[in-house]
Amino acid sequence: MLTLTHFLTLGAMLFSLSVAGIFLNRKNVIILLVCIELMLLAVNINFVAFSRFLGNLDGQVFVFFILTVAAAEAAIGLAILVVLFRNRQTINVAELDDLKG
Amino acid sequence: MSLKTILLLIPLLPLAAAVIAGLFRNQVGRAGSHWVAILGVAASFFLSAWVLYLQLFGDLGTLNLSVYTWMISDGIHFEVGFLIDHLSTLMMTVVTFISLMVHIYTVGYMADDPGYQRFFSYIALFTFSMLMLVMANNFLQLFFGWEAVGLMSYLLIGFWFKRDSATAAGLKAFLVNRVGDFGFLLGIAAVLYCFGTLDYSEVFGAANSVVGQSVTIVPGFQWQWITVICVSLFIGAMGKSAQAPLHVWLPDSMEGPTPISALIHAATMVTAGIFMVARMSPLFELSDAALSFVMLIGALTAFSMGLVGLVQNDIKRVIAYSTLSQLGYMTVALGVSAYSAAIFHLMTHAFFKALLFLAAGSVIIALHHQQDMRYMGGLRKQMPITWITAWVGTLALIGFPLMAGFYSKDSIIEAVHASSRFGSEVAYWAVLLGVLITSFYSFRLLYLTFHGQPRYTVDVGAGDHPPDGVLQHVPHESPLVVTIPLILLAIPSVVIGYMTIEPVLFGGWLTDSINILPHNDTVAAVGEHFHGALAMATHALGTAPFWLMVTGFVLATFIYMIRPAVADLLQQKMPRIHRLLENKFYIDELYQKIFVNRIINIGDVLWKKADAGLIDGVMVNGSARLMGNLAARVRLWQSGYLFQYAFVMIVGLIGMIAFWVML
Repeated sequence: MLTLTHFLTLGAMLFSLSVAGIFLNRKNVIILLVCIELMLLAVNINFVAFSRFLGNLDGQVFVFFILTVAAAEAAIGLAILVVLFRNRQTINVAELDDLKG
Repeated sequence: MSLKTILLLIPLLPLAAAVIAGLFRNQVGRAGSHWVAILGVAASFFLSAWVLYLQLFGDLGTLNLSVYTWMISDGIHFEVGFLIDHLSTLMMTVVTFISLMVHIYTVGYMADDPGYQRFFSYIALFTFSMLMLVMANNFLQLFFGWEAVGLMSYLLIGFWFKRDSATAAGLKAFLVNRVGDFGFLLGIAAVLYCFGTLDYSEVFGAANSVVGQSVTIVPGFQWQWITVICVSLFIGAMGKSAQAPLHVWLPDSMEGPTPISALIHAATMVTAGIFMVARMSPLFELSDAALSFVMLIGALTAFSMGLVGLVQNDIKRVIAYSTLSQLGYMTVALGVSAYSAAIFHLMTHAFFKALLFLAAGSVIIALHHQQDMRYMGGLRKQMPITWITAWVGTLALIGFPLMAGFYSKDSIIEAVHASSRFGSEVAYWAVLLGVLITSFYSFRLLYLTFHGQPRYTVDVGAGDHPPDGVLQHVPHESPLVVTIPLILLAIPSVVIGYMTIEPVLFGGWLTDSINILPHNDTVAAVGEHFHGALAMATHALGTAPFWLMVTGFVLATFIYMIRPAVADLLQQKMPRIHRLLENKFYIDELYQKIFVNRIINIGDVLWKKADAGLIDGVMVNGSARLMGNLAARVRLWQSGYLFQYAFVMIVGLIGMIAFWVML
């Protein structure tokens, strides 16, 4: 029998994986974007699970919004990525240190 | 004009002149500044003389006038006010007269000086300060005048501020005076503590109430309050009037221009201490211990400083040591309760010592600022007026009968003789032998300067800065602006003693200002044998001071006129004594070792350790360095990598959540 705990554990694992992906990854900006998407999806699983187990549809409505935002964000993120590559000829994360003072 | 207006104008006119000559020096120009200063001081002199006239022939009595209340704190009034009695009027007239003479003389003496206007501004300001001092009716204003004349003295000694020796001398005068002023301030504080007021008349009126009250300052010693007050006040007088051991600044003050030496360091400012003690006579009379102290200090100064004057070669320094010695005489007179004799000597000394200084200045102009008597000689032919007036001043100084100094000095000696105060025998011998010394160094100065053969050579092509003893052209008599003040000062140097001894000393003219207990009244004891000024002069021919004076004259004439080799012989025979005197008893060296060097060392430590080390090093630069070091480490966190920032954010978030959960 699947309980709420299983879903929440899954969500937490996905979230942790994506966080780890963000700062363990030294190579590719695309992986960063993917990790962010994964993070949002982890949140979505939580929403759906809570919605299902609490018998409240509000959470599922939220998921739609989040998916929309995630899609838009992925589009913009990839666009930035293209511009970045055009300017720097690289998408290597370790070389993107312009914020350094 | 009302009397109050006149009294206000007397000090304010020199002040206004000083402001105009000083602050508007470019607008009024050189001539404008000396006219303003001379007119201001002249008006002040005539107004003072008018007040004196009113007291002598009018019905003006003692006037205690409060002009302005500065503040009232805890019931104590801080006021500006005038106490016009015979003592202050006499001082005002003498001060303004000498000041006027010096102002006129300065026109000639400083003619080529670039600081001409500044000089006039300073001396006019000095006149204002001195008048405020002598006219004061309370201790606060006395202290104001006291410090203001000290400031002007400092500024004028260091007038030629490009000379290191002049600035050092000015600093020395200021610092030595600080020592005295510390005592003076303590004295005023003690007066305030005991009487609760700073007003002269209230303090003097209540003076008897502190008699018998004692205080323990050093554990185990009980001191009379009145003695503490008087000794503290007198320590102030020791600084200002250059009494041993605080005398060291006066000889060095000769670095200043000669008019200043005449005005400030002979005639007026240095006598402020004498004036102050005479003014405080109602207090001093109550303390025999303090008066004995005063007398012994005066006797020490009168005798020892005259000795030093014997061997000096700088013409101004000889007169400076003479001034120290004469101030010692005045102090001795104060110590034996002969206040009026002290004031009398103060007055006559002001005239003839100003005269001597100005005559020396006249010689210095003629010799192009050569002050060493070893390069003078035979000037009587070229400078007859200076020569004659210098003779007059010398005769007055040594106490030649009928001259001004004779009456005042003999009165002091007689008063000391009549005194039975503790130590008066010592003081008597000191002032008596002082007469011999005075006579000797005075004639030595005259002979070396004006008589004998010239010890300088004239070389027209010597250039602008010839070596010692070489002049570019033959010396000639000084201009009229210099010689007229000499003549005007020579006249009172002759007659003032003869004219005024009877009223000032024995006629009780000063009794409205000076309070003497009957059993202390030495002047009255001397007065019993007084039968007119002329009789005093003839009687003097049979007394010890006269013959000591003659001995000094004969010795000096023999050594410096008839057998000049004797001086060198004496110097070789007694090298130790000569060296001791030439080095002024090594007092300067002693102070240098004990005080100056130590203070410099302390200052060195404070500068290097406390200021540069602690404040600059640790506190100012240290905090900057701390921040720099911290930043150098924290800066490494700013890597520019987004993933690191994200990591930190998440760690922070987890930390915060953990914190809330823990709560």
